[in-house]
Amino acid sequence: MMDNIIEVRGVKTSFEERIIHDTLTLSIPKGSIYGLLGPSGCGKTTLLREMVMLQEFSGGEIEILGHKLGKIEYKEAMELRQQWGVLFQSGALFSSLSLKDNIALPLVEYSDLSAAMINEIVKFKIGIVGLKQEDANLYPSQISGGMRKKAALARALAMDPKLLFLDEPTSGLDPISAREFDALILKLRSLLNLTIVMVSHDLQSVYDTLDKVAVIDNKKIIYEGDLKNILSVENKFIKTFFKGMGRI
Amino acid sequence: MHYSSLDIRHIDNRLSLKFRGELTLYNLAKYQKDIDKLDFDKEHGVVLDLSQLTFLDTAGSIFLYNLKKKLQSNSSLHVDLLCDNSEVIDMLELVMAQKIKFKDILQPRKVGFLENIGRIAYQNYLLFLSFMVFIGELFAHKMYYLVSPKNIRFKEIAFEINESAIKAFGIVALTSFLIGLVVAYQSAHQLKMYGANIFIVEVLGISVLRELSPLITAIVIAGRSGSAFTAQIGAMKITQELDAMQTMGFDPYRFLVMPKIVALMITLPILIFVSDVMAIMGGMVVANLELNITTNLFLDRFSDVVALKHFFVGIAKGPFFAFLIAAIGIYRGMQVRDDTQSIGFNTTKSVVESIFAVIICDAVFSIAFTNLGI
Repeated sequence: MMDNIIEVRGVKTSFEERIIHDTLTLSIPKGSIYGLLGPSGCGKTTLLREMVMLQEFSGGEIEILGHKLGKIEYKEAMELRQQWGVLFQSGALFSSLSLKDNIALPLVEYSDLSAAMINEIVKFKIGIVGLKQEDANLYPSQISGGMRKKAALARALAMDPKLLFLDEPTSGLDPISAREFDALILKLRSLLNLTIVMVSHDLQSVYDTLDKVAVIDNKKIIYEGDLKNILSVENKFIKTFFKGMGRI
Repeated sequence: MHYSSLDIRHIDNRLSLKFRGELTLYNLAKYQKDIDKLDFDKEHGVVLDLSQLTFLDTAGSIFLYNLKKKLQSNSSLHVDLLCDNSEVIDMLELVMAQKIKFKDILQPRKVGFLENIGRIAYQNYLLFLSFMVFIGELFAHKMYYLVSPKNIRFKEIAFEINESAIKAFGIVALTSFLIGLVVAYQSAHQLKMYGANIFIVEVLGISVLRELSPLITAIVIAGRSGSAFTAQIGAMKITQELDAMQTMGFDPYRFLVMPKIVALMITLPILIFVSDVMAIMGGMVVANLELNITTNLFLDRFSDVVALKHFFVGIAKGPFFAFLIAAIGIYRGMQVRDDTQSIGFNTTKSVVESIFAVIICDAVFSIAFTNLGI
């Protein structure tokens, strides 16, 4: 069981009468970059939010790093939260703190490190995501969208998590920054030995980075596996989305 | 400049509608009027001639599609479309494809009067339940505070004390001073008529200490800090900052909610004290100017006739009012949904509801204290 870092078993979700997920099952292997794909409104982000305990599911079970989320204790949940990093679509940096303080926040709260040591770590994280050291004192409102994503990634990486969740990491970025971001994610995976789960709409990024994908459509998983065999599935979304893949 | 027109004439026993130039949303209405005047029942056949059409936009295309459909529904009529411009044909096909795909948008079902009342009542019931859940969470976290003082976020509490109380000293002091002035001035006029000048001390002392100061302070703080809580937490919710906190394991109740509530519960009694002092000072100024009661006389009589219990009753209300204001402000902030309009809606609600709650609470205290003989 240890080679799968996340197991989703028969998860059901419904908002009042509207059913979003009908028994989803998937498994995310350790060390992989795993993509959740599907047409808009199919519930990719909802599933991601369920994985990071922001939303409750109505049936089934999700197991992350050996913790079952269905009936998780408060303390256990708090411990689990320190083992992952989450990058939100808009970055969600704390607007009242500078970039440096945003990245330092988890370290200040959860570790007994000295201020000087934390400063070193923050500098390293800023460097590793490709930000300049002189940007560290800027506030989230003063920087561009691409920088905000990088800073949010640095914050997600602050505690050296084993697991990273990315919600549309390249959306809102220009193509050049998006490709840089893809390269950054690949670099980080090999450097830090991460498992990455992402929701994406960016075909190039899907093709460049993902090892394994799950496609959700019509409340179900219609495909799970690598990208090579994906066109064998008869589905409108897959046919349209991956039509251009041969050319890339 | 393109010359656009619609020529209507009969050719070979059939009606010909010849569109020239452009057919766009700018000249549609005029053509529609001309076409409405025609009586198609008398015709044997219709030709829609688009051969001279140079440009067709989507509005024009929808217009043509609807016109053709209307004519075709008349079975005795033979309709032909003449067109050789490929751009025009593409545009027509685009609209056709869309029209076939989309059925009419469903009209929302009309809701009856009784159903509406039921729905609103049920929504309010759900709102009440969710507020109870919020209060429950609060008490659970309060316990967490009590288990170990290590869990108390002193830094955040200090920040909130400064933000929502110390910075409010000025406005609370000024408002209270003016209220004391006004109450004293109005009473002075009445008291002078009976020659009961000296009773200004009782009038002011009891009304200010017991009721006016706690209420005025609570209302100013509800408008100032309660609304700020709602707006801040609401905005954090929209920008996903709350979600980010949660995934990082920073419980918003511990980091945001408890510090605000504790800070306000500590400082509201202090603010009420400030308000007491300022309102009595305002009263003293009027007593001095209008009723010729010197400050010394006022203060002497004050300590004789105004019992200490009135002061403590006023101060004791502070933490309760503070809890209501902070809890409602924060709860409303958490009710904000993903649109900016709901920040405004919830901020308004938070101020109105917290002032209402404060007044209800004050009424309950008033009855309770009177019956207890305090």
